[in-house]
Amino acid sequence: MLRLDCLRAVYSKLENCLVVTIMGATAAELHSLGHRSNFFYLQHAMGLASSTGLGLALSLRDQKIVVFDGDGSLLMNLGSLSTMARYRPGNLVHVVFDNESLLSVGGFPTATSTGTDLEGVARAAGIPTVLTVRTVEDFSTTVRDALDGTQLTTVIAKVEPTGPAGYVIDLSLVENRFQFRRYIQSLKRQ
Amino acid sequence: MPVSLISSKVIFDALKQCDVRLLSALPETWLVHLIRMADEDPEVILIRLAKEEEGVGISAGAHFAGVKSAMLMQNHGFLASINGIVSFAHLYKIPLLMLISYRGSFGERDPWQTQGGNVTEALLRAMAIPYSFLDRIENVERRIRQAQTLAESSLQPVALLLTRDLMWEE
Repeated sequence: MLRLDCLRAVYSKLENCLVVTIMGATAAELHSLGHRSNFFYLQHAMGLASSTGLGLALSLRDQKIVVFDGDGSLLMNLGSLSTMARYRPGNLVHVVFDNESLLSVGGFPTATSTGTDLEGVARAAGIPTVLTVRTVEDFSTTVRDALDGTQLTTVIAKVEPTGPAGYVIDLSLVENRFQFRRYIQSLKRQ
Repeated sequence: MPVSLISSKVIFDALKQCDVRLLSALPETWLVHLIRMADEDPEVILIRLAKEEEGVGISAGAHFAGVKSAMLMQNHGFLASINGIVSFAHLYKIPLLMLISYRGSFGERDPWQTQGGNVTEALLRAMAIPYSFLDRIENVERRIRQAQTLAESSLQPVALLLTRDLMWEE
C-alpha cells in the first residue's frame, strides 16, 4: 500500500476538515494532490502533529480534525497517545502512516520494524477505537467512517517505505501557517 | 504544603482576565493550586500532559483555532520543550505564554532542582525568549497582561518565571 494512494483515496473527504500533517514525504505527497488552505504541514517539531490536532480538536468541538502522523514521529511522542486518550475528543481522527522507517532522513528502520506494535500501544494508552489497515480500500473506508463517527480513532496504515523525489514544497512555512489560521477564522465568522 | 494559595489565585484570575481559556500543565509542587483552579473552572479547558513539549503543539492548535492559551510548567519542563519551542513556535511564529516555576534558585532545598535553576535564564536568553519575573503579588496581573500582549503582537514565545518569593510561603 502506498501512502500517496491512501491520501488520494480520502482527498475529497478532507475538504471539510482541518488537516495537520507531519514533515517530509507525507507533507509533500498531500501537497502534490493539491494544496488547500485547510491543510497545515508541520515541517519540523517531530512528534507534535498529534498534539496540534488535540489542541485544535479541544478548541473547536464542532470541527473535524485529521492528523496524518507517522511511525517515526509518533515514537518520538508516545505520551501524546495517553494525552489524546485522556480527553478523547470525538472530532479527532489520528492516522499513522507506518512505513517502519525514518524515510525522510535516510530510511533508517524504526522500532515498528522490529516488533513495536503501534496499534497495541494506542489501544493500551486508551484510545477508544484503534484499527490497522493494509489496503487502500480499507484505508478509505476506515478513515471516512471515522470522520463520520463521533469517537476518537487512531488508524494505523501500514505503507511502503517510499516517497516522492523531494520534500520541499512551494509554500513557505509561515505563509502556510497564516493561511491555515485565517481559514479557521473565516469558518468561525460564517 | 506552603504553596501560596493567594498568589495562585491572583495568577489564575489574571490569566482569565487575559481571556486565557486553555491551559496545558504538567503538575509540579508550586503549580498544584493553579492546576486545581483550572480543573474546577468550567470556562477553562485544562489539558494535563505527559510531557511539557506536547503543550507547544496544543497551544499552536489553540492559536490556530483563535483560543488564547497558556502553558504551566516547571523550568525542567521548559528544558524538555526546547525543540518544540524552536522548531514549532519560533519557526512558525506561534505566540506562547509560558508560566515557568523557577525551581533551583535562591532558597532551593531540593538538590535535584539546582542544576536546572542554574541554566534557566541563560537558556531563555540564548533562545532570545523575552522573559520577566512574577515575584510580587501586586505586579502579577499587569505582568501577565504585558507578557500576553507581547506574545500576541510579536508572535513568539514569552516566559514568566514564577519565583519562590511569590509561590512559597515559608
